[in-house]
Amino acid sequence: MIAAIASGKGGTGKTTLAVNLARVFGSDVQLLDCDVEEPNAHLFLAGDAGEESIVTIPIPEVDARLCDGCGECGRFCRYSAIVAAGAAPLVFPDMCHGCGGCAYVCPQKAIREVPKRIGVIETFRSGHIALVHGRLDIGVAMAPPLIRAVKARRQNGAPAIIDAPPGTSCPVIAAVRGADVVVLITEPTPFGLHDLRLAVDLVRELRIPFGVVVNRAGIGDDRVHAFCARERIPLLLEIPDDRRIAEAYARGKLIVEALPEYRAHFESLREKIARMESEDSE
Amino acid sequence: MTRELVVISGKGGTGKTSLAASFAVLADRPVIADCDVDAADLHLVLSPRVRERHEFRSGYEAILRRERCIGCGACLAFCRFGAVRMTTEEDLRSARDAPADCDHCDYCRRSCSTRTNALIREMAATIGGAQPAVYAIDPTACEGCGVCACVCPANAIELRERLCGEWMVSDTRCGPMVHARLGVAAENSGKLVSTVRREARRIAEEQRRPLVIVDGPPGIGCPVIASLAGASLALIVTEPTVSGEHDMARVLSLTAHFRIPAAVCVNKWDLAPDAADRIEDRALKAGARIAGRVRYDGAVTSAQMQERAVVETDAASVEDIRSVWSNLSA
Repeated sequence: MIAAIASGKGGTGKTTLAVNLARVFGSDVQLLDCDVEEPNAHLFLAGDAGEESIVTIPIPEVDARLCDGCGECGRFCRYSAIVAAGAAPLVFPDMCHGCGGCAYVCPQKAIREVPKRIGVIETFRSGHIALVHGRLDIGVAMAPPLIRAVKARRQNGAPAIIDAPPGTSCPVIAAVRGADVVVLITEPTPFGLHDLRLAVDLVRELRIPFGVVVNRAGIGDDRVHAFCARERIPLLLEIPDDRRIAEAYARGKLIVEALPEYRAHFESLREKIARMESEDSE
Repeated sequence: MTRELVVISGKGGTGKTSLAASFAVLADRPVIADCDVDAADLHLVLSPRVRERHEFRSGYEAILRRERCIGCGACLAFCRFGAVRMTTEEDLRSARDAPADCDHCDYCRRSCSTRTNALIREMAATIGGAQPAVYAIDPTACEGCGVCACVCPANAIELRERLCGEWMVSDTRCGPMVHARLGVAAENSGKLVSTVRREARRIAEEQRRPLVIVDGPPGIGCPVIASLAGASLALIVTEPTVSGEHDMARVLSLTAHFRIPAAVCVNKWDLAPDAADRIEDRALKAGARIAGRVRYDGAVTSAQMQERAVVETDAASVEDIRSVWSNLSA
């Protein structure tokens, strides 16, 4: 079972949901923090740091002795990452997606691919939770390759929870692709509803079963509820607007530990997700 | 000379858009740019009347012509983005969301010394079982590099320019606004951000408006970098939480990396006053200045419901926001 936690709008409670859901699992669970621009799950899980490994993408390196300046590489590259102006081409590593096309088309075989660091993967262990997160290096634009590398750490068989980045573009798609169920978390506000609609369009495009969690229920109005009812989207959980939750979160505490009365909320969510997954696979 | 104030946060949901909308009201003849093109919300407060709409085309997507495909699998072997999927006629009709079978071991490519694809064809037949293999390209995974089109021996793949969304120029009660809508599951949000900013700056210079206010996206990646490059000042809105502090530190490294002057505002500071102190200390040490604090105020949500900026209401936090604004303008 892979459940991805996503939202269009940022700050609606993705990480809160992911860490608390992981904590109420009775057995081993992997938590894959795919918000590699701002990974936060580790701040809530006191645990032992494990290994750290560097993630790279392949970028071209031109051997000037072999290059005859034909310009094929520059004509091929759709990202303007290699530009051939007369003599040996210039490489712009920040633009490169690592597709390997320039090396493939070079008639002189003058281009080889070398690794360029984009970030690191770190692992932590906190009780039954195995946390894996990516940390994008400062100044690196492209998150998806690092997100894919975090997801490649998934162990087959064990249930996994993916904490996705906010938004609706390529990093979110890289994070939720392949999940069995997506949980969209939002707030009952105009911003929350607007961005929920975008997120719903996205998961429908990817054809993954999904449901909605309303966080800070009680602020705002019932337009999110009406939207879900109209679109026949299951409402999986409501987390009330409780200042104690905000304060526990502020200090890096888990809700299910600081406020045990909420434990049943997350357990019921876990069961609903499991049911959605088994219904889908039938 | 037009100045450009970019409101960013690292962490999402700290109040960027609510503050940017208030600044738009308080500023003298600004141009407003909503650069959170993934999840643009500023229009929900500023109710723009759209004057111009433009298609945003950027990058490419690979289109596989089924009638020409010989089923060799070269595209699958070479695609590094998991966008090519081997499937059967049956599967193709029923499911578009199956994960790619290829795990990029690259064995087929390395093994095929003649590059005639004979071995690849053989492997494809083996993996595909009894049914003939067919290939499909998943547009949501394709990055438009063109490698598949280049290696295809049957010329069955072409590259098409991709429609990624649209951008608009509108009128609001605060001044002209440039905003955008990224298509569902589209790419190149960074380029769309650059387009929105360029247009906002052009309007400001043309109409001699002194300031562009940019409502930026969360994170530190491509759209944030595109929002920041060359800006006069970045206002980092954070909150007194462990995540807010952690993410502010990363976004401050980013502004330092690009040498953009930064100011920090702690929103909802009274949720955890000690954390607010610590965050401001950290911000000062990182070379940022302090723009001020805004209290936790339920009236911010009420303002949003009424489609008004906070400073257009009588919320208690209005005086905090005014004071942040005057610190920024100083």
